[in-house]
Amino acid sequence: MATLENTASGPLLTADGTPLKVSLARSLRRSKLRGALLVLPALLFLIIIFVVPIAQLLSRSVDDTLVNRALPRTFVAFESWDRQSLPAEAMFEAIFLDITTGEKYTIGKATTRMNYEKPGWRSLIKKSGRKFKKKIKGPPYRDAMIKIDKRWGDVTFWQTLGAMKDPQTLGYFLNAVDRQYDANKHVIMKEKERRVYVMLWWRTFLLSLIVTVGCLAMAYPVAHLLATLPLRYSNLLMICVLMPFWTSLLVRIVAWMVMLQNNGVINSTLVWSGILDDENRLPMMYNFTGTVIVMIQILLPFMILPIYSVMKTIPPSYMRAAQNLGAPPSLAFLKVYFPQTLPGVGAGVILVFIVAIGYYITPELVGGKDGQLIGNMIAYHMQKSLNWGLAAAMGTLLLAAILLLYWVYDRIVGIDNMRMN
Amino acid sequence: MSSGTTETDNYVRFDAVQKSYDGESLVIKDLNLDVQRGEFLTLLGPSGSGKTTCLMMLAGFEPATHGEIYLDGRPINAVPPHRRGIGMVFQNYALFPHMTVNENLAFPLQVRRINKNEIESRVKRALEMVRLSEFGARRPGQLSGGQQQRVAVARALVFDPKLVLMDEPLGALDKQLREQMQYEIKHIHDNLEVTVVYVTHDQSEALTMSNRICVFNEGIIEQLASPTDLYERPNNAFVAQFIGENNTLPGQVTSVNGNHCQVQTDGGATVEALKVNVNASGDRTTLSLRPERVEVNPEPGKFPNVFDARVEELIYLGDHIRTRASVCGQTDFIVKIPNASEHAVLQAGDSVKFGWSAEDCRALDVYQGA
Ligand SMILES: Nc1ncnc2c1ncn2[C@@H]1O[C@H](COP(=O)(O)OP(=O)(O)OP(=O)(O)O)[C@@H](O)[C@H]1O
Ligand SMILES: [Mg+2]
Repeated sequence: MATLENTASGPLLTADGTPLKVSLARSLRRSKLRGALLVLPALLFLIIIFVVPIAQLLSRSVDDTLVNRALPRTFVAFESWDRQSLPAEAMFEAIFLDITTGEKYTIGKATTRMNYEKPGWRSLIKKSGRKFKKKIKGPPYRDAMIKIDKRWGDVTFWQTLGAMKDPQTLGYFLNAVDRQYDANKHVIMKEKERRVYVMLWWRTFLLSLIVTVGCLAMAYPVAHLLATLPLRYSNLLMICVLMPFWTSLLVRIVAWMVMLQNNGVINSTLVWSGILDDENRLPMMYNFTGTVIVMIQILLPFMILPIYSVMKTIPPSYMRAAQNLGAPPSLAFLKVYFPQTLPGVGAGVILVFIVAIGYYITPELVGGKDGQLIGNMIAYHMQKSLNWGLAAAMGTLLLAAILLLYWVYDRIVGIDNMRMN
Repeated sequence: MSSGTTETDNYVRFDAVQKSYDGESLVIKDLNLDVQRGEFLTLLGPSGSGKTTCLMMLAGFEPATHGEIYLDGRPINAVPPHRRGIGMVFQNYALFPHMTVNENLAFPLQVRRINKNEIESRVKRALEMVRLSEFGARRPGQLSGGQQQRVAVARALVFDPKLVLMDEPLGALDKQLREQMQYEIKHIHDNLEVTVVYVTHDQSEALTMSNRICVFNEGIIEQLASPTDLYERPNNAFVAQFIGENNTLPGQVTSVNGNHCQVQTDGGATVEALKVNVNASGDRTTLSLRPERVEVNPEPGKFPNVFDARVEELIYLGDHIRTRASVCGQTDFIVKIPNASEHAVLQAGDSVKFGWSAEDCRALDVYQGA
């Protein structure tokens, strides 16, 4: 960019000697203030329904105070343990007191958390809670406890306490990417059989990418038609584009099931016309393909509308001018028309990708086993397994991915946009 | 087609061109027009008369419904716009908003695969020509209307087209800037020896800039002539009315006498006029008379037409005084009296005599417009 200042040196001054920048800011302050007042209600609304829940989500994804609250004495004693051999009597006493005097509800929640670290914790403490009071009247506790359940003598159980010691943990995040802490708080991969999420992340990104590209490829020509057709036809086309919005999502998905399933319209037609054998019907439903097809259809309007709205503002005279200046239509399109539609393309791509990456209804219904996405996992941990910390961590990772994308978008399209006006 | 098509002076030629957008009405009705090489030809006409349509057909964006257009002797109906090599300044400039001024100017050169150094020097020269050398790095959105306009002119000329079309390029500018730009465009035309087809509905712009003016109305050419001829000798009532200010007196021809005729106006006066667009006695006619050709209280015997008039209203305009008066039953008769010392000062309500020569009073066809 060329500098707009013509003076050779020093900042520009206004007539009364204040720097130009300062007076400019001052003169704009009033209108800025008025603008701020106008957006205040919307801002409050946003904070209440958006910022607060997200802050909660973030804090929940790293919150690890459940166990600390349930076993305060134990963690004090933990400090003086070498973490290699079986703990000394003092630590047994601490955990005994914690379990027998603690609030039942707090301990119940803590054991759920402890079970993520090592399966068995929950049943151990539950069992101990029942028997400790009856069978152990006083110190020494160590041997009595091991007699009640020999897992108390297993050092690996004690070692997992190390991972739960801090009130904050990255454990949920690690879990969300198939990793965990070992006894020394080193990050390691989970066992092979328990790795599921990394593959799901990849699948989610890949599917979102395919859906986005598919939407773009279909939406661009449609948007162009919408923007250039005479009003009569473009209105009709617009109705066709918006029609999906007026139909229930479930109805649309069911309609796709009718079309795509093994005995559905498409397969039956292909078999009937002899293109396919009866045994080789195409699997298009309850798998990755089905999810892609249905999601493209559902998200298409989100791509068409932003592109259309940008194309609508580009007068046909630009294309004409480009051709008049000697560019054949294809080159004129590439050099003059397409770059001007980029803000719309960017907005559509970002919108569709972001919606796709967190989608879960469609995969739930038509995804089958290999069409499940991260969104489905989040729903599962929210509703079924009640591992909210993990759900929150996954949600946070999704959010981070989206923000990253947005930042990239801003770098590529947004800033260029700003230069334009 | 009348004469041979190889007449070298005709750079552009519309041959019996018709144009319809909707298949129901003709926007251009039988257009025959020759533009000479190096000429500055202006299409002038009211809004909707088909001026832009003519340019669009010439540039190749609208096909002619019928007829053929020739460029330098070759028919170009089948040539796509990007091979016509015609420069054009669009009505709204159409500068590419995502490119800088430099990139805009380089665009036509890049698509012609001219080498980088050459492009750079030609862009620089073009910017110098419109005196915008410091603005090359800006985007069109950061320029004023007049600057954008100059960029548009520079872009239309940078690839050295032989023919440049301009569609109301000055329409969006204020009066002062418009006059300055008129001068600059004219200057560029004189220097570069390009052929210019210029569209405007501003008649003073047409009169100052053009070699010839083609007056359009509802898809037909009303008159094609030099500015002087158009103003001094309009061929019909539309042109007389459209170009400059004009007094009209409707009436009927009572006798014809060589070049002259006598007309009985509807107000009852008998006027001696030049016979232009009437045939025989009994024809209805409109007499056309320029306000500045009327003399107040002329010497007796100087003019065949002398009538009593009553001054109704005076408007002081500095260099002249616009006087509205009643003459021959017409209450909106306008006379321009030069603001010179020898002229008597009139007052509203004064009774005076108006006189004019038969040559200045043209008997034209009946004016159909408002
Ligand atoms: N694309 C089009 N489709 C249909 N009718 C059109 C189209 N373009 C122009 N017309 C019609 O053709 C006629 C001539 O239009 P044109 O644009 O040539 O007028 P113009 O002389 O340039 O007017 P102006 O001075 O307002 O620019 C008008 O009646 C207009 O409504
Ligand atoms: Mg026009």
